[in-house]
Amino acid sequence: MMNLLRLLGGRTASAPVARERLQILLAHERGLRGQPDLLGLLRAEILAVVSRHVVLDPEKVIVRMDRGKNVSTLEVDIEVPHAFERSLAVAAT
Amino acid sequence: MAKVLVVTSGKGGVGKTTSTAALGAALAQLGEKVVVIDFDVGLRNLDLVLGAERRVVFDLINVVQGVAKLPQALIRDKRLENLWLLPASQTRDKDSLTDEGVRGVITELRTKFDWILCDSPAGIERGAMLAMRYADEAVIVTNPEVSSVRDSDRIIGMLDSKTVKAEKGERVEKHVLITRYDSGRAARGEMLSIDDILEILATPLLGIIPESQDVLRASNVGSPVTLNNATSAPARAYFDAARRLMGDTVTMMIPVERNGLMNRLLGRRAA
Repeated sequence: MMNLLRLLGGRTASAPVARERLQILLAHERGLRGQPDLLGLLRAEILAVVSRHVVLDPEKVIVRMDRGKNVSTLEVDIEVPHAFERSLAVAAT
Repeated sequence: MAKVLVVTSGKGGVGKTTSTAALGAALAQLGEKVVVIDFDVGLRNLDLVLGAERRVVFDLINVVQGVAKLPQALIRDKRLENLWLLPASQTRDKDSLTDEGVRGVITELRTKFDWILCDSPAGIERGAMLAMRYADEAVIVTNPEVSSVRDSDRIIGMLDSKTVKAEKGERVEKHVLITRYDSGRAARGEMLSIDDILEILATPLLGIIPESQDVLRASNVGSPVTLNNATSAPARAYFDAARRLMGDTVTMMIPVERNGLMNRLLGRRAA
């Protein structure tokens, strides 16, 4: 029945499409392997260094990687508590 | 020397448990002493496929936690005296499986068996990681279909990085086992071909198991297909794969479709 439908519909073989999609996707995914671990490591170490001087909420340390065509960026977003600003002011005087 | 072999895939439903049962039975039928371990804690099924579901008393978790000794949990197959099963727990939390515990069980089994086959759960979580953790070799069960091939690629990456062998700088020997292969659909270009899959995964082929009613029939009655219908096409393919695991050189048979009347009438299209 499928054969009959195919003959009537004139559909072409889909396996080459599957193959090409897989090759492109896997080349990309293999390159990304290990990336999440790198970000986790960076986040943990940044948190450790800053925590030596300021009490931080670990939930408020965000490390994000953006991969662009020409430029990739590493974004580190740390929210500091109010006490931090006061201690800066004290240090300046 | 004992060999620890993980049967894995990433994707569910591709035939890991069926293949573990069939390969384990085939190796036992060829004279090897084999134990198959179900790592799918909470969703055990290897006992059912092997027809031992009513004989489970203790399980892998009981042994890991020291509630039972290993010999108490091992179930000997009623038909094959060389084949044993270590079932998974049906009720316990999957977190009760620990790396230490698994290492202890595998170490003890190594002294008693020629082959230790670990039936991995689907996914890439803890259970799948522990199933492959101590493997010397891996069988990656793959269907000729995009999502299965993608997940196999991911699992191959894990075998090369998360296993004890990989961490020691050694290699887990990997083999691809293609299951549910339909030669007619592959010839018509409707299904990824064997060559496509092997080229994409860059991993050697262990065997090609044709899509067959014999596989379902065997699991319905709780008997590995190599035992239930030893001369059927899938059973012969599993026997060949088992011989290759044992180091024999066996010519690869690519299943061919018997040209049915309907196909001839409708005129098959070759790709």
